[in-house]
Amino acid sequence: MTQQPYKLPLPNSQPESDYYWEKAKAHELWLRKCNECGDAYFYPRDICPNCYSNNVTWIQASGKATLYAYSIVERGPTPPFRDVVPYIAAVVELEEGPRMPTNLVDVPFDEEHIKVGMALQVTFHDVTDEVTLPKFRPVG
Amino acid sequence: MADLSKSVAIVGVAESDEIGIVPNKSALTLHMEATRNAIADAGLTVGDIDGFLTAGYWGYDVAEYLGIKPRYTDSTSVGGSSFVIDIAHAMAAINAGYCEVALITHGQAGRSARYPYGRDPNVPGAQYDTPYGIIGPPVNYSMAASRYMHQYGEERTRQALSEIAVSTRKWAQMNPKAMMRDPMTFDDYHNSRWIARPFHLLDCCLVTDAGAAVIVTTPERAKSLPKKPVWVLGAAEYHDHSLLHQMPDMTVTPAHVTGPRALEMAGVTHSDIDLTMIYDSFTYTVLATIESLGFCGPGEGPDWVANQRTAPGGDWALNTSGGGLSYTHPGMYGVFLIVEAVRQLRGETGERQLKDPKLSLVNGTGGLLSSTGTVVLGVD
Ligand SMILES: [Zn+2]
Repeated sequence: MTQQPYKLPLPNSQPESDYYWEKAKAHELWLRKCNECGDAYFYPRDICPNCYSNNVTWIQASGKATLYAYSIVERGPTPPFRDVVPYIAAVVELEEGPRMPTNLVDVPFDEEHIKVGMALQVTFHDVTDEVTLPKFRPVG
Repeated sequence: MADLSKSVAIVGVAESDEIGIVPNKSALTLHMEATRNAIADAGLTVGDIDGFLTAGYWGYDVAEYLGIKPRYTDSTSVGGSSFVIDIAHAMAAINAGYCEVALITHGQAGRSARYPYGRDPNVPGAQYDTPYGIIGPPVNYSMAASRYMHQYGEERTRQALSEIAVSTRKWAQMNPKAMMRDPMTFDDYHNSRWIARPFHLLDCCLVTDAGAAVIVTTPERAKSLPKKPVWVLGAAEYHDHSLLHQMPDMTVTPAHVTGPRALEMAGVTHSDIDLTMIYDSFTYTVLATIESLGFCGPGEGPDWVANQRTAPGGDWALNTSGGGLSYTHPGMYGVFLIVEAVRQLRGETGERQLKDPKLSLVNGTGGLLSSTGTVVLGVD
């Protein structure tokens, strides 16, 4: 799968998020949704943070999103990220409503090509044999 | 709620003996120096301290080091705003009779610590943010600034950020304790290297070693002490998220709750304030906070700070110490805001002293624009 050893930090999965990461590995983006109040939310919690119901389910997200905020990181915040700058930190707003953190990829490191509000689509990066990170790229 | 306005006074403030780059002293030594100096400033002894408030460490670790055995303890840790929030907690505890003389202390070797401060790998940020390099304040706050630029205009925002950086440096030039005292031009600002676009280096606060402490007590006790009491007239705290992507609106900080509440408790309005101290972790923090506190409307901050209005000689005094941008910022900065406000209200700030200020609003922000504490301080 990956050629070089991956040196960046990996997600610390928790009991309530194991399913999220398993689905990411299958190149699917899944969200928690509450059957009581209808709220879809990120990040996964077994209890709905809006109404406190345990009656919550998993839904597959469309993968469509818009760019909510971003930063072109020129100085890595920790040593492993200093070797991979520049990269684009981003918060995206999913079609289902919640916002999530990610990287914006497949776009030049240039504000002319990156517009808050632009349409994005999820893309999956298999960073190790075990871990896949959902990232986002411009549509089209 | 009980009317606690003017029910306690700040009677002592101080920094550690040295601030800036202090590799020969640990964070706890900085704590101890600040505490000793604040106690001396108040005309008290360490044995008078019976309330103990700190953030960043477990409370008993610091209290043991300082030789303090408090009957009231508070280790509220919601980032750099914690120490401003601690003013409200000290006020509540003193009024409830839990303690009489409360110490709020901070020390941090942000620059020179031998062992890095770790992050709990079990918190959501370690799982969802860290793998993407969304780590620490510059990456997060610069994302929030991109949102503001999108909503209110890039050029207009950039001009405001530069105004704040340049005006703050002018104040620092009049503070002998400030780390950055060289003049800064607008060109210097625009030419400084990128850290996390849209942030230049000069949008970002310093990383220093420093401690500071504040002592709060009853009006009766305050009147027996040497320094002019600085009254706590209003206080409020609020947090509405931890991680930036969970922030309801990246252009509105929790100060939108604490600013109006603290002013209402104090019975004063925005136009009564002589000195505003705002946690300037970044230039953008100041811009968003001015609006959130209610000094002006959403998107109007760039007009509010235009033409060096917040610089020495301007008509709206802001961050007269030189702020986190140019004076000091060890990682959590909130307590230093209070130190400067108290000194200005007492008339102790030398070359940068404002003319007879009576009221100061202090707003601390913590985390990723996550938490704020606002206090309104005044002198008779
Ligand atoms: Zn619900």
